[in-house]
Amino acid sequence: MATLLIRSGRVVDPVQGIDRIDDVLVRDGQIVSIGHPGGQPLGRADETIDAEGLVVAPGLVDMHVHLREPGREEDETIETGTQAALAGGFTSVACIPNTEPPIDTQAAVEFIHQKAARADTCNVFVVACVSRNREGKELAEIGQLVEAGAVAFSDDGAPVYDAELMRRAFEYCRMFDKPILAHEEVLELSRGGVMHEGLVSLVLGLTGMPAAAEEVMIGRDIALADVTGGRLHAMHVSTAGGVALIREAKKRGSRVTAEACPHHFTLTDESLRGFDSNCKMSPPLRTQADVEAIIEGLVDGTIDCIATDHAPHAREKKMLELDRAPFGILGLETAVGLSVTRLVATGRMGWPRLIEAMSTLPARILGINRGTLRPGAVADITLIDPNLSWRVDAGTFRSKSVNSPFHGWTLQGRAVATIVGGRVKYRLG
Amino acid sequence: MPTSPLDQQGVPSHWTHRHLLDLERLTADEIRTLLDTATLFKEATDGCRGKLAVLSGKTIVTLFFENSTRTKTSFALAARRLGADVVDFSASSSSLSKGESFIDTAKNLEAMGIDAVVVRHVTPGTPHLLAQHLSVGVINAGDGPHEHPTQGLLDIFSIRERLGDLAGVTVGLVGDIAHSRTARSNIWGLMKLGARVIVCGPPTLVSERWREIGIEVSHDLDAIVPRCDVLNLLRIQFERQNTRPFPSVREYAHLYAMTRERLRRAKKDLLILAPGPINRGVEVSAEVADCPQSLILGQVANGLAVRMAVLWLTCGPRRPGDGPRTTGAPTALHAGAA
Repeated sequence: MATLLIRSGRVVDPVQGIDRIDDVLVRDGQIVSIGHPGGQPLGRADETIDAEGLVVAPGLVDMHVHLREPGREEDETIETGTQAALAGGFTSVACIPNTEPPIDTQAAVEFIHQKAARADTCNVFVVACVSRNREGKELAEIGQLVEAGAVAFSDDGAPVYDAELMRRAFEYCRMFDKPILAHEEVLELSRGGVMHEGLVSLVLGLTGMPAAAEEVMIGRDIALADVTGGRLHAMHVSTAGGVALIREAKKRGSRVTAEACPHHFTLTDESLRGFDSNCKMSPPLRTQADVEAIIEGLVDGTIDCIATDHAPHAREKKMLELDRAPFGILGLETAVGLSVTRLVATGRMGWPRLIEAMSTLPARILGINRGTLRPGAVADITLIDPNLSWRVDAGTFRSKSVNSPFHGWTLQGRAVATIVGGRVKYRLG
Repeated sequence: MPTSPLDQQGVPSHWTHRHLLDLERLTADEIRTLLDTATLFKEATDGCRGKLAVLSGKTIVTLFFENSTRTKTSFALAARRLGADVVDFSASSSSLSKGESFIDTAKNLEAMGIDAVVVRHVTPGTPHLLAQHLSVGVINAGDGPHEHPTQGLLDIFSIRERLGDLAGVTVGLVGDIAHSRTARSNIWGLMKLGARVIVCGPPTLVSERWREIGIEVSHDLDAIVPRCDVLNLLRIQFERQNTRPFPSVREYAHLYAMTRERLRRAKKDLLILAPGPINRGVEVSAEVADCPQSLILGQVANGLAVRMAVLWLTCGPRRPGDGPRTTGAPTALHAGAA
């Protein structure tokens, strides 16, 4: 019986309402206890980690990661992407199916599972396509994909454009209680766009993507979720209007959840003034007012969770004119640092809410057995140094790509150990 | 060849830029330096007809990824008038069609030992990107709808020749502001020199947001014509529009073309500019284009003076003791705590 003792850390588990200095005992890949039941000493463990000064959290879950495999291995592979996840403190990722070919068959889901098993890094949960071949024309074989292990459905990269198909998807997914992760964008409104439509795009002469492109589609999808009783999860919410729509919907009792990305609560469209393609993503960086609204939404729970939309692109693809460079930036290895720096160090939220947003709620939305340190749970644990100040160096990323606008930034807070199923898979330094 | 004080002086110490990327980031003094230098060159070359040798031994490449006849010819002529060699590198004959990135293309040219690249590209920010990757000078000859600094400068130069100081002068920019690089360069240059700027056109082409930088927005040409000292009539850029921003050319011309009737309600000494190529009957009626107030052809001649000034200031010899030019290129996001 292999035992692991994590001593004297600040144990934060929102599910159990725990936030105290204590020990965590792990045996055979499961949480045994927090603290010493009945005051009994725990005795000797096979391995002990001194967690004094560290936050001990249920393993972080990133429900929006592009691992690029199969089809775009020059950008990322399941191996490199999950290594990046571990280095970022994530014990679980959900991979998005806009690969080549897209993940819309049992065989494709099985391929991901096998590759992940071979990589033996973090847990990989599969999000499968809503529509066959991600074409937005007819439903993928959702029931069989669920049997193969798909945890959610998404055509991300693009919206499910046909409202009738989206309606059917919501209805159909209801019987499996699976959420649809929706990329919210009215394509006609953002056609040719490379950045948020606002004063900065006007001055730079760059084609804008208006906030309304996101808001209109969120509105449509809330209405469709309401009429079907389906579960909508709005991905990468970037606009104040989007946050307001979701807040209202939740008040009415709609089955709506939402995520926001660290870059959307950190950067604004002003970042495009240097014409840096590492600031080009979809949805785009918005205004300061939107950043404020995202943070408020995260604080009050309108936005359930933080997800990275980790979107690797090989260096040569980003070294192009702004309109030819692809959308997207890396996220896994900077998410904890940006979240702690922007949300916790500024006093906007406490550790329990951050852990809820980065572990408990994404696990709950995906319906996976993770996100808590309850006795008997799988021992996925992340140790975070809340005060560690570190410099982002894209050159040291485990990801295969380097497309991060945060290269050179100094951040506070970093995962120092990542434990998956009771095994220490990553230690800093 | 005529001799000129320019031959001995070298580039003035207070001009420190190796590139000319946009007017937004220049100071009023730097813009005045450019305009004053253009005046010197116009005089020293007998109205841009003579030749100087101030850039002899230098090689300028015109790197155009978008069709252009007038701007490219103007730059090439300006460079030759100053004694530089000019090489034209047009995108259609380049290796770009073979899949090479434009940065690699430019680096290749740089490796051949050139002194400056004059670049035109359909994408905003492309000259800025080149400036980050090249060590030679980069001159923006138009980057999509972003800026066209030498066009802005030559418009302002033409106004200044007629009116002198621009402070308090009211300039109306009429037409397709949304897609016009000329408009943006004019806006920054004019504002910095103290002119009042009005942008005028339908709301689909003239954003209300322009007010946020301190200029006036109008959708009613008849209302602003009597107040303007200068009207700059901008071409409708049909090729850059996703969907047509007005119902018909006929309706557009009805609302926004500068006609003889509108001219009658203008100030007597109103100046009319048009960066061209003009669509007669759309932005401007034929009789107005050819009227005495029109500076349209004078603008073309002044383009040479301005481009000589730009080439010399960015590539010409520095005075002894002056340090190297700064890059002036925008960096990526400033590193620092979030």
